[in-house]
Amino acid sequence: MTTAISAHDWSNLIQTDRVHGSLYTDEQVFQQELEKIWYRTWVYVGHVSEVPNANDFALKSIGPQSVIMTRDRDGQINLLLNRCPHRGNQVCLEHRGNRGSFTCPYHGWTFANNGNLRGFPFAAGYEGADRSQLGMSKVARVGIYQGFVFGSMAEEGSSLEEHLGAARAALDALVMTSPEGEVEITAGFLQHKAKSNWKFLVENETDGYHPQFVHASIFDVASSGIGDLYSADSTAVARDMGDGHTEIDLRPEFRRIGKPMGWFGTTEERVPEYVAKMRAAYGEEKANQIMIDGTPHIMIFPNLFIAEIQIFVIQAVAVDETVQHVTALQFKGAPDLNRRLRQQTMGSVGPAGFLLADDSEMYERTQRGVNTRSPEWNYLGRGLARERRDADGFLIGDATDEVTTRGIWAHYRSLMEAQ
Amino acid sequence: MSETITSELALVNEISQFLFLEARLQDTHEYDEWEALWTSDGVYWVPANGDDIDPETQMSIIYDNRSRISLRIKQFHTGKRHTQSPRSRLGRVLSNVEIIETSGNEIRVAANAMVFESNLRAETVWCTRNEYLLRREAVGLRMARKKVVLVNNDKALYTLSFLI
Ligand code: FES
Ligand SMILES: [Fe+2]
Repeated sequence: MTTAISAHDWSNLIQTDRVHGSLYTDEQVFQQELEKIWYRTWVYVGHVSEVPNANDFALKSIGPQSVIMTRDRDGQINLLLNRCPHRGNQVCLEHRGNRGSFTCPYHGWTFANNGNLRGFPFAAGYEGADRSQLGMSKVARVGIYQGFVFGSMAEEGSSLEEHLGAARAALDALVMTSPEGEVEITAGFLQHKAKSNWKFLVENETDGYHPQFVHASIFDVASSGIGDLYSADSTAVARDMGDGHTEIDLRPEFRRIGKPMGWFGTTEERVPEYVAKMRAAYGEEKANQIMIDGTPHIMIFPNLFIAEIQIFVIQAVAVDETVQHVTALQFKGAPDLNRRLRQQTMGSVGPAGFLLADDSEMYERTQRGVNTRSPEWNYLGRGLARERRDADGFLIGDATDEVTTRGIWAHYRSLMEAQ
Repeated sequence: MSETITSELALVNEISQFLFLEARLQDTHEYDEWEALWTSDGVYWVPANGDDIDPETQMSIIYDNRSRISLRIKQFHTGKRHTQSPRSRLGRVLSNVEIIETSGNEIRVAANAMVFESNLRAETVWCTRNEYLLRREAVGLRMARKKVVLVNNDKALYTLSFLI
């Protein structure tokens, strides 16, 4: 356990319109983030559909920590820390599978998939040992919302529902893209590393200012229409949803265009089966609204980015190293849409993606850039003079404004200042 | 030397020369010349998470049909593909060229490659096991399929934005 020296004056390092470069590069800041954010607040771990059956498991993470997500034989989801309570060996080495118990390869201790110690070989040497104290550690709290599994290593704190706050509505809307009301994560993950601090990624996910520049190469050659969503004339809205969650709300643009499936750059004629199922499930009017509005573009702090057609799970590994785990969203009961979602996702993201290779290039360049001594600060004042409150009281700005980034940092500051 | 052996050697030589050409065009970023090596139905596949996932249901690092190969090349040509400006400096060694099967005008070939990349981030070594489906067309050999299995494709990878 790191005893963080609280030498950091967070209110000075994080100001309304600027943040200090050392927040991305200082090893001590990173260690404090692990304690105050990654090992305390709710962090996204995985999705229930990755462990659909009793005894399924998948190897996941919370920051640098290896976590086994299991579904036990009673159907409960458990998050186990991947460390043997005997002498520290890694218990699970497979990415996923199905097993009712885990046996540590070192001395053969066996654990149920809820973490309880089942037994150890040559038990005669363990007279008086309390087995109930020798199970695998569990992530203290597990919360599930619309199938998305979050873990918090703190015994106490706000509930997952409270933590998600306004982001709940986005997840509620997301699952309704499925005619059966369920998201599935079944297409496997691309794992894309960047030599960069995790906060550069979080900031970028709802930065509507960069696409026109960073993604100019693909916008020039593929007519996806994404570029226009982030133009200076776009009616899309950048929103600080509170609790560190931010979004680019593209619905105003999609509603203005008013075409079902326009959000996905396609038309209803191209996915007739899906459209028919949606209308049967939700009725004509509601289905049309869902298919016009599309899916959210939301960064759920600190590590789940839902990017319309895919999800990114951001894993902070070191002060200057981050892994993006990314996969296509799949909607239950929508095979024709799902195939297209996979194809588009494969083209866009991952180490060779048309979009993400360039984002990641910027992550790495900014990481090296902020090591340069002056001007010390990153300036986040875009749209400060024109930010306003929406009907729900949330701060919003134009699509290219930095109201989102400021919201992330304000929340970050409150977490880092907390004792 | 028997005639069979002579013609087998000639075939190995022809195929090796073709693969070396492909390797050189990748190393030197001669995109159009590289694209011209594909058949009209070419598929360029770089799987993730193992050697034999089903690319129709699981994420791959690259799974380009012919039109997407073309798009990839067009993106390079815009000059705004930041991750390739400046371009990666590349040198690769291609070896273990092995003819797996010949049938009609198609030849299945395996080879290994070690690629050294130097870019703004660092120097990176990529190791791959490649499989090709080559087709003899009027203009000569062409690639109908190239599968590139990165030895470490089950782990997190840095950006791989050059032609592998
Ligand atoms: S370290 Fe796991 S059984 Fe000994
Ligand atoms: Fe981007």
